[in-house]
Amino acid sequence: MKVTIDDIEIDVEPGTTILNAARKIGGDVVPPAMCYYSKLPGTGGKCRTCLVEVAAGSTADPRPMPKLVASCSTTVMDGMIVKNKTSQRVHDNRGGVVEFLLANHPLDCPICDQAGECHLQDLGYEHGSEKTRYEEVRRTFDPIDIGNKIKLHMNRCILCYRCVFVANQLTEKRVHGVMNRGEHAEISTYIENAIDNDFSGNMIDVCPVGALTDRTFRFKSRVWFLKPMEAECSCDKCCGKAVLWVFGNEVARITARKDTYGEVEDIDGKTGWLCNDCRFDKKDLTKWTVTGPRVINRHSVISQGKYATSIDKPIKRIG
Amino acid sequence: MKNRRLLLEHIDVPGIQGIEVYQKQGGYDTLTKALKNFSPDGIVEEVKKSGLRGRGGAGFPTGLKWSFLAKPEGVPRYLVCNADESEPGTFKDRYLMEKIPHILIEGMILSSYALGANTSYIYIRGEFMYILDILEKAIAEAHAKGFLGKNIQGSGFDHEIIVTPGGGAYICGEETALLESLEGKRGNPRIKPPFPAVKGLWGCPTVVNNVESIAAVVPIVREGGDAYANIGIGKSTGTKLISACGNLARPGVYEIELGVSVEEFMYGDDYCQGIANGKKLKACVPGGSSVPILPHFLVTKTANGEDRLMSYESLADGGFASGSMLGSGGFIVFDEDQCIVRNTWNFTRFYAHESCGQCSPCREGTGWMEKILYRLEHGQGNLRDIDLLEEMNKKIEGNTICPLGDAAAWPVAAAIRHFREEFEWHVNHAADAQKRNYGLIQQPVVA
Ligand SMILES: Cc1cc2nc3c(=O)[nH]c(=O)nc-3n(C[C@H](O)[C@H](O)[C@H](O)COP(=O)(O)O)c2cc1C
Ligand code: SF4
Ligand code: SF4
Ligand code: FES
Repeated sequence: MKVTIDDIEIDVEPGTTILNAARKIGGDVVPPAMCYYSKLPGTGGKCRTCLVEVAAGSTADPRPMPKLVASCSTTVMDGMIVKNKTSQRVHDNRGGVVEFLLANHPLDCPICDQAGECHLQDLGYEHGSEKTRYEEVRRTFDPIDIGNKIKLHMNRCILCYRCVFVANQLTEKRVHGVMNRGEHAEISTYIENAIDNDFSGNMIDVCPVGALTDRTFRFKSRVWFLKPMEAECSCDKCCGKAVLWVFGNEVARITARKDTYGEVEDIDGKTGWLCNDCRFDKKDLTKWTVTGPRVINRHSVISQGKYATSIDKPIKRIG
Repeated sequence: MKNRRLLLEHIDVPGIQGIEVYQKQGGYDTLTKALKNFSPDGIVEEVKKSGLRGRGGAGFPTGLKWSFLAKPEGVPRYLVCNADESEPGTFKDRYLMEKIPHILIEGMILSSYALGANTSYIYIRGEFMYILDILEKAIAEAHAKGFLGKNIQGSGFDHEIIVTPGGGAYICGEETALLESLEGKRGNPRIKPPFPAVKGLWGCPTVVNNVESIAAVVPIVREGGDAYANIGIGKSTGTKLISACGNLARPGVYEIELGVSVEEFMYGDDYCQGIANGKKLKACVPGGSSVPILPHFLVTKTANGEDRLMSYESLADGGFASGSMLGSGGFIVFDEDQCIVRNTWNFTRFYAHESCGQCSPCREGTGWMEKILYRLEHGQGNLRDIDLLEEMNKKIEGNTICPLGDAAAWPVAAAIRHFREEFEWHVNHAADAQKRNYGLIQQPVVA
């Protein structure tokens, strides 16, 4: 099927969404996606940042679609013409969505562990306005612990539901979800229970903002001071392929390997989720084989020109 | 215009709640005959011919909706009756179910036969627990008479109806949120497509219809689709239940023939008999809280001076600039003493409370609008708040998963469009706004 996005034509499989077609093209025709996560079936449609204009539905029915559509959950038709960055309407409405997302956001970036790799920060830079028009009292929640490894700052949550899908798909069903409605909706575990599952740490990796953070890393360092290194270990629970974020000889934190869109990469054909042992309990270079530097290929503070030096050979057992 | 009643014809007959009296008035005859004389598709045909439009608010042609139902082999199909009626100003389904439950049950069986559904559900608003009892009693009676269960009236058609109460959330009236809730999950609207006609309850093809739409199938099959289509006006066929409330001399639930004039409905002796206490009309919300409000001069006449009629088309005449919608038939009337800002705040408070919180524009927008309107109403607003509200409406409308976002934005947009000076008054007379409501303060104080 042929689809044209911002005047660039591309051939895709039937059933592809507009967003994924745009990702095939790459670059700045790709709409921002705060809730869709390709590795988590069922996600998407909620944040509305990926809205695009469909200028022609298909060759068979070339009428434009009256409303903007969520590109992450709309499949392409043959001959569809989509406008993303070339549409003023998209620009204005996306600005509106960003304003809504930021309305109740605490903007506590200076003390937030996510700062520097936060998708909401990036979105704010690109589509936000300089000044907030929100003059009301912001809603607040107390931070809670989801088990002894994960901290939930509900104030920062954008309710993308990604962590809920992780919980549903990787851990016991329906222990973690959304309580209450509307503005008062909040992420929570079943009566503040711990999520004790070997893979719960992945919720931190999918969270686009600083709502779910790693308690073993909190306030240790700003992410842009750390050196990301690709490393492997043999693990019988997960793929054992991670990124170590190193400061000197210390491993400050461990995350899964993420792509341009902040999604955990496939490793050997499967999503490279990490188990909690690898993520939280192996903060020691002797437990890993470092294979090289990790290039962080994202349009964000974290990738600002610091990883130019590449190490040619894999280093075995540093320290 | 003579008023025909098809749904409420026997409403005043004592004991009509019970099956004996209902049958004496001809109840279940239509079902018995239809099972003999009609094929399922035959009934779908009659409903198509009748021009019946969904009575839940959107007005989508019911026959057309039914014909979209996917029919894959070996997969059950479901009919789900939407009895979650929670729109402020709308209380027609409650009345129908409470007073004459068997017409809904008969309609459910007829419709299920037409759709090939062996199980159907009535999803009833959680606050209507007493009606749940009424419906279950009616279902038990129908069972005892052989209108439900296996091989109904020897036709070979099996059917069961299950009544399920909701948990008290307006959003569960949205059809896909309703299905989620019925499946025992959190009532979040689903992302469409797929539509329920293809993938509905438990992933099976499902039709969701309003109580009144389903009940209307009984007179349609009884009288024939063509005869039903002759009632009403243009594409607004048949009769419609209107729940009239607010400052009316005689509020209540009326069955009207579509096409009766708004003038007659509001002031006529057969209907609401005018504004209560001899007051003047200030504004009217003709179709439930989600539709645009009309100022007094656009209620009985359209912008180009024609009589406004109680029909889908006439109420919408003029688009959003000078029209509104028939919606769910919640007819709310405001007299000269009422304050539009207060009312707009009240509606918005409802939407902010009822938003499921799934998508950002609705979750954040409804809460934000509520806070601004609260300030305006309480004399703490400023003029730029009004512009901000207008702009926010545009950013919510059309950008959400389900129509609740639109439903929250439209009333605010319309109130500002038609009553801007009243919003400005609240800013410019902050001290007065804190003391009394606008409507009363505008009246000369009678000693
Ligand atoms: C927020 C929201 C609330 C709704 N509430 C109801 C309701 O209480 N009752 C109802 O019949 N339809 C309600 N609807 C409309 C339903 O989604 C659906 O269109 C309707 O049940 C279809 O039935 P009909 O075609 O017979 O009108 C609601 C829609 C929305 C968006
Ligand atoms: S906690 Fe993070 S991942 Fe979970 S819903 Fe909130 S923003 Fe999304
Ligand atoms: S529009 Fe509102 S109610 Fe509807 S899905 Fe979005 S947040 Fe939920
Ligand atoms: S990414 Fe499409 S709506 Fe969130």
